Amino acid sequence: MSKKITDNIKVNTQILNDKVGKYILCLFVSGKSLNSAHAIINIKAICENYLKNRYELEIINIYQHTDLAITEQIVALPVLIKKFPIPEERMVGDLSNTEEVLKRLGLV
Amino acid sequence: MKNFTLPKSPTGIQGLDEITNGGIPKNRSTLLLGNTGSGKTILAMEFLVNGIVLFDEPAVFMAFEEKKEDLVMNLKSLAYNLDTHIANNKIYIEQVLINPDELRDTGMYDLEGLFVRLEQAIYKVMAKRVVLDSLDKLFYDLDNKILRSEFLRLLTWLKKKKVTAIITSEIGDHFLTHMGIEEYVADCVIVLDNRVTNQIATRRLRIVKYRGSFHGNNEYPFTIDEKGLSVYPIISEVFQQEPTSKRISSGIKDLDEMLGKKGFYEGSSILISGTAGTGKTSTAASFAYSVCKAKKCCLYCAFEEAPKQIIRNMRSIGFHLDPLVKSGILTFYYSRPSLQNLELHFLAIKKIINEIKPTVVILDPITNLMTEGPNSDIRSMLTRFVDFLKTQHITIMFTAAITVGSIERNPSDEGISSMVDTWMMVQDIEIDAERRRSLCVMKSRGMAHSTDVRKFKISNKGITLLPIVANNKGHLADSKRKAKEHDNLSTSKESFWVNESPVNENTK
Repeated sequence: MSKKITDNIKVNTQILNDKVGKYILCLFVSGKSLNSAHAIINIKAICENYLKNRYELEIINIYQHTDLAITEQIVALPVLIKKFPIPEERMVGDLSNTEEVLKRLGLV
Repeated sequence: MKNFTLPKSPTGIQGLDEITNGGIPKNRSTLLLGNTGSGKTILAMEFLVNGIVLFDEPAVFMAFEEKKEDLVMNLKSLAYNLDTHIANNKIYIEQVLINPDELRDTGMYDLEGLFVRLEQAIYKVMAKRVVLDSLDKLFYDLDNKILRSEFLRLLTWLKKKKVTAIITSEIGDHFLTHMGIEEYVADCVIVLDNRVTNQIATRRLRIVKYRGSFHGNNEYPFTIDEKGLSVYPIISEVFQQEPTSKRISSGIKDLDEMLGKKGFYEGSSILISGTAGTGKTSTAASFAYSVCKAKKCCLYCAFEEAPKQIIRNMRSIGFHLDPLVKSGILTFYYSRPSLQNLELHFLAIKKIINEIKPTVVILDPITNLMTEGPNSDIRSMLTRFVDFLKTQHITIMFTAAITVGSIERNPSDEGISSMVDTWMMVQDIEIDAERRRSLCVMKSRGMAHSTDVRKFKISNKGITLLPIVANNKGHLADSKRKAKEHDNLSTSKESFWVNESPVNENTK
């Protein structure tokens, strides 16, 4: 799964243009930690409510993809990375502040 | 019960292991605090590099501030060979970037990502030593509550991983305390400081705490040069010299004569004090010249005259120092006393001594250094310096310029004179409206020395000491001793000079 996303990072603009309007999101979590569980629930709800049918969400467990921690410069967890539309945006935390998350995603 | 000693991880840094009694706590974390430019990164890096080179302990460096490339580049000027160690998989450097924007208002989090990366990094090289540089960069934007718990977790985690860690941090504005972290959570706290006093900057290191171990708790000066970092304990140099009975000529035949016919003891300390223009430098140069002529190395530390000037001046009295300098047997160290801290002067001199291993060291004049600090400091440091030289069997000669008047009125000088083994005094004595140079040996430990005051003659053939013209009673006139006698005998409180003149007239 994660492979797909990292490949996506490198996709050329042509493909991106095809996906205009589509959100590509990537949530890094640390196993079954409470914050991570909350973050998964929160982002899923946000996606369903505000981005229905126009998003791709990938949830990556950092323990299984430790190499991504370096390439993606991950320190704090959980972290949501909005890969597309550009610019890339990162949000750390359990995403419980829906208003702020929407603002940062450019949805309000 | 057996004496328990805390397992320690030697830093390999000169002096630091000495004041920590063997290094920083093994498998624990040490906090290294200091302001910008105080040398934190260098100390931390040297700890790692020494670990690799001296103890075969691979290392991880997590850089929060600098890029890996920059770091390697910046440390190129120091002989750490980071490139080689990286290529040999002995050190792993990882840059950790934190963007404060992403931490804003989007809920609860922890630093698990950092732990994952650390674990990976440690595994990569099987590291035994870890440095996190620097913490404040990592924690600055973090929520206080999270920061506190994560910091404690980090320390516990590192302990569990059985790595010895150094975590650096700025000290500014009580950063840690401010952030809700007290220094007490760490097992060892070291503070670096780069302080400016009287326009002279000195780096200092202090161990604030060391759980479970004795440690020196003074502030210790340290230096950073191309060989890295060295800490200089202010504790005494190990004083275990085996005194020798070998002699070394003073370079002045007549003076040797006065000193039990053989000259100074090798490895002893010699002080020449006198007012300006009495021939201190000439006496010192004559000693240096004779040492070098005997094919022995000499280090001449000039704090007043530039070496070239000394060479020129000494040529006029028959000492050709130039070829000796060229052949490397005579080395000059020239520095303005105000250029740096007194301690640093000694460090610089010590370093040269370690390089050229001289037989004789000359400090000319020591009194110039004394303007650079309180007398107690100077005395203690001079004592240490002399002790250091004695352990190396190096003969040291200092000259001291004293102001007109008695030496007793100059406390700092008196301080040195009680410390040295041989003390000579050069003086101007006015006789018949003529100033005459004189020399006397005030003390010379362990030898039968002359108590005469000799006429001190500097000519183009060097220095000669002549007996002062005897008066008709066969006594030595014109000496201070005579004056003292006179004073003691006579009930009058008249000054020596007033008393002296009729004696001289009698001589005529």
